[in-house]
Amino acid sequence: MPKIIVEIMPKQDLLDPQGKAVANAMHRAGNKEITAVRIGKRIELHFDREITEKDLAEAKEQASAFLSNDVIEDVVSVTKAD
Amino acid sequence: MLGKKKLEPSGVDTTAMATTEPEKEQPWQELGLKQDEYEEIKNILGRRPTSSELAMYSVMWSEHCSYKSSKIYLRQFGEKVTDEMKTHLMVGMGENAGVVDIGEGLAVTFKVESHNHPSYIEPFQGAATGVGGIVRDILSMGARPIAVMDQLRFGAPGNTDTARVVHGVVDGISFYGNCLGLPNIGGETVFDSVYQGNPLVNALSIGSMKHEDLQLAKASNPGDLVILFGARTGADGIGGVSVLASETFESTGPTKRPAVQVGDPFAEKVLIECCLELFHSGVVAGIQDLGGAGISCATSELASNGGKGMRVQLQNVLLRDSTLTPEEILMSESQERMCAVVPKKKLKAFEEIVNKWEVEYSVLGDVIDEDRLYINWGHEEIVNVPPRTVAHDGPVYERPVTYPSYQADLNAANTSSLPRSENPVEIASQLLELIASPNQADKSWITAQYDKYVGGNTALSMPDDSGMIRVSEESGLGVALATDANGKYAYLNPYEGARLALAEAYRNVAVTGAVPRAVTNCLNFGSPENPEVMWQFKEATAGLADACLELGIPVTGGNVSFYNQSGDVAIYPTPVVGVLGVIDDVARRIPSGWQDDGNNIYLLGETFDELDGSAWAKDIHDHLGGQPPKVDLAKEKLLAELLHGASIQGLIESAHDLSEGGLGIAVLEAALRFNIGARIWLGDVQDRDNLDLTAAMFSESQSRVLVTVGREDDVKFQALCETRGVPCLRIGVTDATSGLIEIKDVADLKLDDIRSSWVSTMPELFG
Amino acid sequence: MKIGVITYPGTLDDRDAQRAIRLAGAEPVALWHADENLKKVDAVVLPGGFSYGDYLRCGAIAAKAPATKEVIRLAGQGLPVLGICNGFQILVESHLLPGGLIRNENQHFVCRDQKLKVENNQTAWTSLFEKDEEILIPLKNGEGGYIATDETLKMLEGENRIAFRYVETNPNGSMNDIAGLTNERGNVVGLMPHPEHAVEPGFGPDTSIAMKSGIDGLKFFQSVLQQVVNA
Repeated sequence: MPKIIVEIMPKQDLLDPQGKAVANAMHRAGNKEITAVRIGKRIELHFDREITEKDLAEAKEQASAFLSNDVIEDVVSVTKAD
Repeated sequence: MLGKKKLEPSGVDTTAMATTEPEKEQPWQELGLKQDEYEEIKNILGRRPTSSELAMYSVMWSEHCSYKSSKIYLRQFGEKVTDEMKTHLMVGMGENAGVVDIGEGLAVTFKVESHNHPSYIEPFQGAATGVGGIVRDILSMGARPIAVMDQLRFGAPGNTDTARVVHGVVDGISFYGNCLGLPNIGGETVFDSVYQGNPLVNALSIGSMKHEDLQLAKASNPGDLVILFGARTGADGIGGVSVLASETFESTGPTKRPAVQVGDPFAEKVLIECCLELFHSGVVAGIQDLGGAGISCATSELASNGGKGMRVQLQNVLLRDSTLTPEEILMSESQERMCAVVPKKKLKAFEEIVNKWEVEYSVLGDVIDEDRLYINWGHEEIVNVPPRTVAHDGPVYERPVTYPSYQADLNAANTSSLPRSENPVEIASQLLELIASPNQADKSWITAQYDKYVGGNTALSMPDDSGMIRVSEESGLGVALATDANGKYAYLNPYEGARLALAEAYRNVAVTGAVPRAVTNCLNFGSPENPEVMWQFKEATAGLADACLELGIPVTGGNVSFYNQSGDVAIYPTPVVGVLGVIDDVARRIPSGWQDDGNNIYLLGETFDELDGSAWAKDIHDHLGGQPPKVDLAKEKLLAELLHGASIQGLIESAHDLSEGGLGIAVLEAALRFNIGARIWLGDVQDRDNLDLTAAMFSESQSRVLVTVGREDDVKFQALCETRGVPCLRIGVTDATSGLIEIKDVADLKLDDIRSSWVSTMPELFG
Repeated sequence: MKIGVITYPGTLDDRDAQRAIRLAGAEPVALWHADENLKKVDAVVLPGGFSYGDYLRCGAIAAKAPATKEVIRLAGQGLPVLGICNGFQILVESHLLPGGLIRNENQHFVCRDQKLKVENNQTAWTSLFEKDEEILIPLKNGEGGYIATDETLKMLEGENRIAFRYVETNPNGSMNDIAGLTNERGNVVGLMPHPEHAVEPGFGPDTSIAMKSGIDGLKFFQSVLQQVVNA
């Protein structure tokens, strides 16, 4: 099934309390080599036909306008996948 | 049904095949049925059941849905009832929840239910869906849910698995309840190693409505449509039924199905608003929520209750997983679904409302004038049963009952063997140890995760003795709710333990100024296949029924949870009893903590030397044995009437009932509430009731309340107690500036010190 | 005076907001998220709750609703708008207020009576407060941590755009103890705590005077009435 994958991560310099909590939990469980954990989102946009360049462009726009909050998040990638 | 073209058989087991292939092997045992139950099904149908019918019967005849081991005992709640007790009862047991008239044309519906086993497997979802389930029961009566409470029992505080369960359960309740916009107004949390492998998660909900809003779960009009709406149906909670997947020719689905239900409170919030709009628009003739046994239950119950039948096209169910087999669809416990009976002419109005709320729906079928439930899968008939046999005429067991072999020794081993100090230093030390012990410590770590404000009608919530909700904003009419259970008392004496639970909940309602009116219960016990557990159950139900009769308040509904045991070790019998009371104006409510300086502190009731089963015995000395405190229900009634009378006259500033931990703990709790100190003397109660210091401080005698009265009302209050025949003894006076609890001849305790250990126990254990 | 309260799917404190408006002496008007007709109200409240189940991000989907779009347009013309909790999240997602709101530092939902300092009493919703007045308002949320870039924080501090600050305890790790903000014009205010839960004696937070007697929240709704009268 054709789809566009959008990947979003919290902005580098802002707090990621979820990531911090998970890192602490991993340290407690013995994984002390991990220096940090950051948690983002992966969003799939499904189509029932071939994906066009226009689709990709619109997806990029939606990614920054709606799927992410550009104040606190970065859109890491918007790619086509089968 | 049959079209002109040749239709391929889908591979499902049909009623036709049940006749042509009578000898087919069926997994009735794996599905939890007994041989004689399987034979009975064949008897009823005159043939072997189809695999869909087998699935339906197996789940509807399970302990959880049919109450087969408890029915003969639960009957007492409907039998030991006078006409007077039924005065305010609009709907009694047997419906989704009981409904009680509270005056001014208003009614409330309330019930407590268990979700114990799922909460051990997956604490977060187990607790969350427990809240979701009970709220839907309330909604299905036509009420707007207005509050929730929870009763939690966990294993030993120090055990690491306890933390896993505690975090999951509290997060789950917080997640679901807060997202629904329901204030959590109270409950209880108990730790005891006996619950280690069997935590108890009971959830209560209450809803309010006008009398005319009452809805019932019946389909009584042939031609009416049967509509499933809400969330789509998926594979939630059907672990056991997947064994049937292998029975169909085309086993397209994966054979492993999750046993846990997953909840979405947002979907339920939308469903609540949508349903209320449907109800108020007069569009629905009957409504049932889908809980345990999902569509099987909804269809058979709606038909059976209405005395009619139903024809259902199962392929019309909206699915979130297209690989589900018909058996799985029938058994699915996907959350946030309701089933409505809608007259044809109201369909358009129905559709407009569900569309507005963006709630999905599908018409499954219609009500027919036959005592039969037909379910088709496409053009093939897969279910053809008399609905009553599925929904109501399940097996009724009379399980063997045996007086436990350990009981006599347990009752003989009382607290007379325990060391009792007269040394004030030791008594004070025990008191401080007790107030900081996990069972008595401050539970804000839990309750601060619950919203208590939403709705703006919460008149009282934890840590007050009962939760109180205003129902009418015009008049201030409101209800109070309290739930209680003491597993230790019930273990020592199940009959008395149940009476004691009722007495405590009754008293907790009375101390806030409300008048007790109705009862709900959640009976948590071990395995019914254990005759000693059945003895406990038999005793407890009799105790509760007799006590309700004596106090004149009826059981309106409840829940039974069996099989709470690990191997041979059952939990203490834990009958949770909830009492609902009515107050004409919540402005009149009485808080549990001292608020003013210079108020006299009175101890109402008599104290006896009753330390068996007490917190002092268990948490200080690790002792459990003897007989629980005696309870005199006539005295409880007298006490409740006194409190009501005094509150009408505005004589009482605060009232706190005495329970676990006795007088010492009650005094500290009342002081800590608003940080008010006191000068207390125990000499008078020791003299009058012939008690040593230990008994005076820690005895758990019943029918006692700690009351503060303003100086100006002293005379009136004492006179009232005398007239009513309630023992009343002044034991202290409040002091808002000392920062001390000065117990004469015992100790001067700093409130700040007590507070700091009291509030740090839970964060240290679970933070 | 008519004050609109928008209900989104999942909104929880709309009825409480309506009650607060009524107690303040104005007429509450129920507005529906899908309808851009705001019925000519004089002010709008975006209430608390879990609109759209907090899906994607808190307030993200509600920020795109027809009613919200109209609020954004009218806010630009001076319409007083109060965003409470989820409403604050919607204002931030709509970019009517800067920054972001994320999960509480301690990862848990917390319901507590919170002391706040009213640092800006020149807004439409705080004009009846004294400057730096300390008030007690219930707080209840899981995603109340305010974050912003250093640049944004400097601007907010410099322009006195911080309407409320947490006092004594910071319950959620918000930067600079920020509890609520205002826009440049002072007509749009957003805060995490819930003033609508402290408007009726007997149902508000405990105070030293009596149990559940706190009604500091009422002034929010009374302040905006003055605005409308003077407009």
